[in-house]
Amino acid sequence: MGILRIVLIRVLYAAALLLAVLVLNFSLMHLAPGDVADTISQSMGGADQEILDEIRVSYGLDQPFIIQLGKYIANVAQFDLGYSFFYNQPVSRLILERLPATLLLVITAQIAALIIGVVLGVISARKPKGISNYLVTFLALFGYSAPVFWTGILLLITFSLNVHWFPVAGMRDVTIEGGFWTHFVDVARHLVLPAVTLGSIFLALYSRLSRASMMEVLGSDYIRTAKAKGLSDHQVVYKHALKNALSPVITLAGLQFSAVLSGAVLVETVFSWPGLGTLAFQSIIARDTPTILGILFFSALVVIVGNLLTDLALRLVDPRVGGRE
Amino acid sequence: MRPLLDVQNLTIELTTRDGVAPVIDDLSFSLNAGETLSFVGESGCGKSMTALALMGLLPANIGRIASGHILFEGEDLVQASDAQLRKIRGNDISMIFQEPMTSLNPVLTIGEQIAEVLRAHQGLSRKAAWNQTIALLDAVRIPNPKGRAGDYPFQMSGGQRQRAMIAMALACAPKILIADEPTTALDVTVQAQIFDLLGDLRKQTGAAIILITHDMGAVAEMAERMIVMYAGRKAELGPVDQIIDHPRHPYTKGLIECVPHIQSEMSTARHDLVEVPGIVPSLREFGKDQCLFASRCRYLSEACLASRPKPQEFANAQSADCWHARDL
Repeated sequence: MGILRIVLIRVLYAAALLLAVLVLNFSLMHLAPGDVADTISQSMGGADQEILDEIRVSYGLDQPFIIQLGKYIANVAQFDLGYSFFYNQPVSRLILERLPATLLLVITAQIAALIIGVVLGVISARKPKGISNYLVTFLALFGYSAPVFWTGILLLITFSLNVHWFPVAGMRDVTIEGGFWTHFVDVARHLVLPAVTLGSIFLALYSRLSRASMMEVLGSDYIRTAKAKGLSDHQVVYKHALKNALSPVITLAGLQFSAVLSGAVLVETVFSWPGLGTLAFQSIIARDTPTILGILFFSALVVIVGNLLTDLALRLVDPRVGGRE
Repeated sequence: MRPLLDVQNLTIELTTRDGVAPVIDDLSFSLNAGETLSFVGESGCGKSMTALALMGLLPANIGRIASGHILFEGEDLVQASDAQLRKIRGNDISMIFQEPMTSLNPVLTIGEQIAEVLRAHQGLSRKAAWNQTIALLDAVRIPNPKGRAGDYPFQMSGGQRQRAMIAMALACAPKILIADEPTTALDVTVQAQIFDLLGDLRKQTGAAIILITHDMGAVAEMAERMIVMYAGRKAELGPVDQIIDHPRHPYTKGLIECVPHIQSEMSTARHDLVEVPGIVPSLREFGKDQCLFASRCRYLSEACLASRPKPQEFANAQSADCWHARDL
């Protein structure tokens, strides 16, 4: 089966899945008490029923649920995610403005966690009784059990307030002037703490899993064969064992994509990172339904694309996936 | 003339939950250049352990060589460093494993798995190693070797995988080829093909073969000398024909009687198929100063339980570790 055909089939599945996500999200939001009219009247310092009704009519909130849903889906199909009453901007523009910041954070955290996690896992698998093994186990337990916001605040206090190594909040320093590299370094400095915070949970998962996976692989017959061929330890571990040990780690990383996104909401809020997470947080407080729905839709999209990429990565690592004939 | 391989008083200890057990107990044998020596015995008798010890691949932290020497061309492999062993493994001594399904790396192509041996030991370039690999696949009679070299193990049949394994083991023209039950996992017709192939390749390369097998037929056909192992000890050693004609150890006798014979006339009375009663003793029994086969032996006497039998020598260097060897 060609890779193109697989992608095509997956895209069709993804479209169906997105539709289901849309319907579900919209229904859930509809079920929740309170709507934008409440928020507007609140900001006006209160309003009577007549004005509330007026606001509802002007936003189409008086119509039956099924019509509202149909309109929403039709709009989304034309890439129109609606208009944010709170931000006075089209939701799609709002999201696209914030998306790069979130992607930067999420991808940096994921990749760093994957690479460091696998390296730690391999090191501790090679010496199951060494000190590094206990260190990894401790780190993993700590990373997995410590709440993200707590880790974040702790890192902030230590590295921003006490030693001033990293900035406290935001993504860039607006007072800085200079060329591309100056700004690059500035963003990178802002990125370190949020990425470390977000990565810590996943680092724990990946290092434990790659350790277990590596230990299993190192005991297998084909590793004995590789040793019997007189290959160096380095070749045995990194060429013969690692590629086999990676498959479960990549699968897990793909499954964790949604968890990384939801983790990003907390981390972005703690560090005032101007991404989708802060936007989601603010729009939930503001009852800004179109924005929330837009963000949920986008998160679903990111997760689906992430899973598709995971699938393709697995195919690269393990030729047995997908049955090449 | 000095033998190619000279194993002297080898003892291997395995650490188990019940303590330390000698899975190989004072084993001595030698192998001459170009000779085929066969190890025979039930599972758990220490055949594979011997092979792994020769390769320096005993399971780390569990198995260790407690005493003895393995002299390969005069160099003691027991004392050799890891680097020295790596130079010998896959180059001078190589091994074919029992399970062609699991012994090949599933995520590397067959060609790459063969070519890397050539690059590691002969310093060939990528291209030269690949060309040599195709020639090797051709030598083990894999059709369309050029196309198959890029295949992954899961795309091949069991027999083809074992052929690829053999190509890999023979890549550097080793002086000793250890074949650990090379056909156990294959079906009967493929078994015959693999033995044919091994026989032909031996003639071409002059490699000495250590053949570990259950298959008495294969032993008779392939090997000049055989060692019968029982519970980590040598039971009998000698020329294959002579042992099959006149086994001097009750265990060898039992093993030979176990082999079923095909008869063309179904009407003629068949002999009852004989079995060796009982099972191999557990690891806890290993190392006792008595005959370990005693509990299964019909020639049991007091002497058998009093002390470990000394080897009894016969013509043509046949020897059997049994107090009653001369009476059999």
